[in-house]
Amino acid sequence: MYGFLIAVGVLLLLSIIWMVYRIQTLVSVVKGSDKKIATGSNKINAILFVLFLLGTGILMFWYSIKEFDNYQLPVASEHGVITDQLFWITMAVTGVVFLITHVLLFIFPYKYQYKESRKATFYPDNNKLEIIWTVVPGVVLAGLVISGWMAWSDITAPAPEKAHVIEIMGYQFAWDVRYAGKDNVLGDYDYRLTSAQNSHGVDFSDKNSIDDFPSPVVVIPKGEPVLFKIRARDVLHSVFAPHMRLKMDAVPGMPTRFWFVPTKTTAEMREELGNPEFNYEIACTEICGRGHNGMRKVIEVVEPAAYQKWLSEQKSFIQNNPALAKGLESDVKELAEIQ
Amino acid sequence: MATASVATHDTAHDHHDHEHHDNFVTKYIFSTDHKMIGKQFLVTGIFWAIIGGFLSILFRLQLGFPEMNLEFLRPLLGGWIDESGALDPTFYLALVTMHGTIMVFFVLTAGLSGTFSNFLIPLQIGARDMASGFMNMLSYWFFFMSSVIMFISLFIKTGPAGGGWVVYPPLSALEQAIPGSGLGMTLWLIAMTFFIASSLLGGINYITTVINLRTKGMSFSRLPLTIWAFFLTAVIGLLSFPVLFAAALLLVFDRSFGTSFYLSDIYIGGEALPNTGGSPVLYQHLFWFLGHPEVYIVLLPALGITSEVIATNSRKPIFGYKAMIISMLGITILSFIVWAHHMFVSGMNPFLGSIFMFLTLIIAVPSAVKVFNYLTTLWRGNLIFTPAMLFSIGLVSFFISGGLTGIFLGNSAIDIQLHDTYFVVAHFHLVMGSASFFGLLAGVYHWFPKMFGRMMDARLGYIHFWLTFVGVYMVFFPMHYIGIAGFPRRYYSWTNFEFTNMYTDLNMFVSVAAIITFSAQFIFLFNFFYSMYRGRKATLNPWRSNTLEWTTPINPGHGNWPGEIPTVYRWPYDYSKPGAPEDFIPQTVPLSATPESNLPHEQEQVKLEMEIMKEESEVLVANESKH
Repeated sequence: MYGFLIAVGVLLLLSIIWMVYRIQTLVSVVKGSDKKIATGSNKINAILFVLFLLGTGILMFWYSIKEFDNYQLPVASEHGVITDQLFWITMAVTGVVFLITHVLLFIFPYKYQYKESRKATFYPDNNKLEIIWTVVPGVVLAGLVISGWMAWSDITAPAPEKAHVIEIMGYQFAWDVRYAGKDNVLGDYDYRLTSAQNSHGVDFSDKNSIDDFPSPVVVIPKGEPVLFKIRARDVLHSVFAPHMRLKMDAVPGMPTRFWFVPTKTTAEMREELGNPEFNYEIACTEICGRGHNGMRKVIEVVEPAAYQKWLSEQKSFIQNNPALAKGLESDVKELAEIQ
Repeated sequence: MATASVATHDTAHDHHDHEHHDNFVTKYIFSTDHKMIGKQFLVTGIFWAIIGGFLSILFRLQLGFPEMNLEFLRPLLGGWIDESGALDPTFYLALVTMHGTIMVFFVLTAGLSGTFSNFLIPLQIGARDMASGFMNMLSYWFFFMSSVIMFISLFIKTGPAGGGWVVYPPLSALEQAIPGSGLGMTLWLIAMTFFIASSLLGGINYITTVINLRTKGMSFSRLPLTIWAFFLTAVIGLLSFPVLFAAALLLVFDRSFGTSFYLSDIYIGGEALPNTGGSPVLYQHLFWFLGHPEVYIVLLPALGITSEVIATNSRKPIFGYKAMIISMLGITILSFIVWAHHMFVSGMNPFLGSIFMFLTLIIAVPSAVKVFNYLTTLWRGNLIFTPAMLFSIGLVSFFISGGLTGIFLGNSAIDIQLHDTYFVVAHFHLVMGSASFFGLLAGVYHWFPKMFGRMMDARLGYIHFWLTFVGVYMVFFPMHYIGIAGFPRRYYSWTNFEFTNMYTDLNMFVSVAAIITFSAQFIFLFNFFYSMYRGRKATLNPWRSNTLEWTTPINPGHGNWPGEIPTVYRWPYDYSKPGAPEDFIPQTVPLSATPESNLPHEQEQVKLEMEIMKEESEVLVANESKH
């Protein structure tokens, strides 16, 4: 019944629109406006451009200011402060260009709308102008590129030697975390060793892997460099820690990395935001299948002392599951048991 | 005897030229007439635009109204709506994938370039048809086959390809990873192979035609900017599409023949695959070697159309004709060496990132020059707001808005945060999606009279423009905020994360705006099809334009001009020339006929022109006496 009524309503609406359309066509034929070069609509369109400029301009400024705290994510890493700065410098530069060009683009239609009495200015070229607006954007862009390049070089430089090494491995549809342990060196892995007990495919015959340990949460110390060694087990994933301004693809067969220095502990950030529930998060930003939007991992930033304490409390893979050491050489086994 | 038979043959041929006896099949289906092929591309493009737009409405429903019961879509989507009335997450990914594929390739490449390169190149350079009408026909029918296969893939049980329009392996190579990588992906690859063949056949034709078949006097420096744009677009396509083919071929090998070009060290579905040594990043390099030029394949024709429309309706020459050509040449060349800016955080060597950042930001310069030239063309013009003009101004606006955000994304340091967020979505939908779409619409409104001999209704055009223009901004502008806040793209929902667990209101707003904008396109559809049969009859040169296509009859036959092809004596932008009685002088008017408006350097060319015309008339007389 509802369907029928809606259909009748739509039909009615369409026929009304149809009638209006036909009537206005006939009126325009009677008025002979189809013979004119520019009709009254020309003026209306010209005015609409100015209204559009004002309306959307006001809307943009109002919303950008009102929502600033919402869309501006708090930043919690050293390089993040720099890239944010670059972002806002670029915003200022492009913002000015955006406003000037749009004001001109929408004012000109109003100012120079068709008048029968006027003739357009024949103005085919001006090389001086062309050179100016080639060189000026060139110089401005060069400035932006160079500052971006310097930041990029620093961010992608090799990690400091003392950086805490953490492996983050993506798979459908979660992240697994492996710490390098006391020696701060991750053990070898081989994807063929992957099993339900050994999700990372860690090669336990490598001595470096003996003290490696898993963690459900990425715990990192504030103010100290942290190196994420990133890889994937099945398809592409991408580690995205928005508050750390960190993003790097996880590629099967090609380990990647990203190092950074966190600047605020989770507790400090909670206080700053007045949100006791706040957590730093990792999300996936490379489409990876059905559960792409659910690959969440929490990062917990703590004071360095608390971090050392936490480290000492962790149990290695082998301690958690002695079966993993089965079949290993006896000297390695001994080492593992001492740990 | 021999002479006589040649003579009979000649007259028979002449007769054939003037009166075509096409039947329905050769006229409307297997046509070799570039105008009909252009229209075929246009109608197929419109069909795909409706499908592509509709898919976006489906996923916008999910994003704007995640709680909504979509039971009413079950008749259409069947099992993709689960028992609770929610959209299946896998199908959501398939929707965004197919939306991207359809819009980028089928609408904005085939629908835009295919339509207007075909329709306008012979008409604007003064040629009877394309260099090879048969290849041109093949180009359409390859596209048609590609369309059919892609369309079928929408309806198969495992769903169409779902790995994003870039179809990165290993996701697109492994059926275990996502169901869309099964038959759906196979069909995607077959369809794209046909599509690439179609693009190449078309592109070769456009290039040969522009180089070889220009009419007398139509030097490269007198070509309308539309033709320059189509020409360079075809060059880009010819050089980059084969690389996509290579990428696709290797993917086929990995999928079906056990090779490891892109696959390495994979453990999936409880089993370790034997592939080692491949690199998924290799695929990304190959893909973006097409993928980035593709942006300009989509955009340049739109910019060409806009140049023509803005000049005509400003009643002014386009400002900086040469600078426009140099900019387009610059964009063409640079478009090939910026591809890896899509891959700053793909894991490739950061040094490459630095190089590509420099190259990418260079390409912003010619784009900026084009914008300033458009603005100066409007300055002190005498603007007539035809629907085509409105859409062209809208295009310039999108080009600015979307282009400027490119400066953020081209900067690798800033891109770390913004990569694969909604900021990117906002950026490319404005600069390449909406701008090119507006170019397409501007072209349709402007050349509709030449295509169908009738006018589209201007008022409906105005309503269509304002709804679409405001609508597009309402859809894509808010996405910048969402993107700065870090919302990742291709997410079925954002509620799993604290940092994205907001902006439900803004997403709802975007979805509503998208639905309104999509609905507004039906005004255009009505206008288009109604005007085709019942529109006001067009006059010969309704926009009082200078270019050659307006010298053909209102409904040009196969061959375009019934008599001789007109000769060209001047560039196409002599609008509002001081001293001239009218505010336009068509390209076919000799300089010697307009002494009152000639510029000093043109006065010198008049002599040369007179000599050529004298020679010509002698040849003509000689020919006449032969008969």
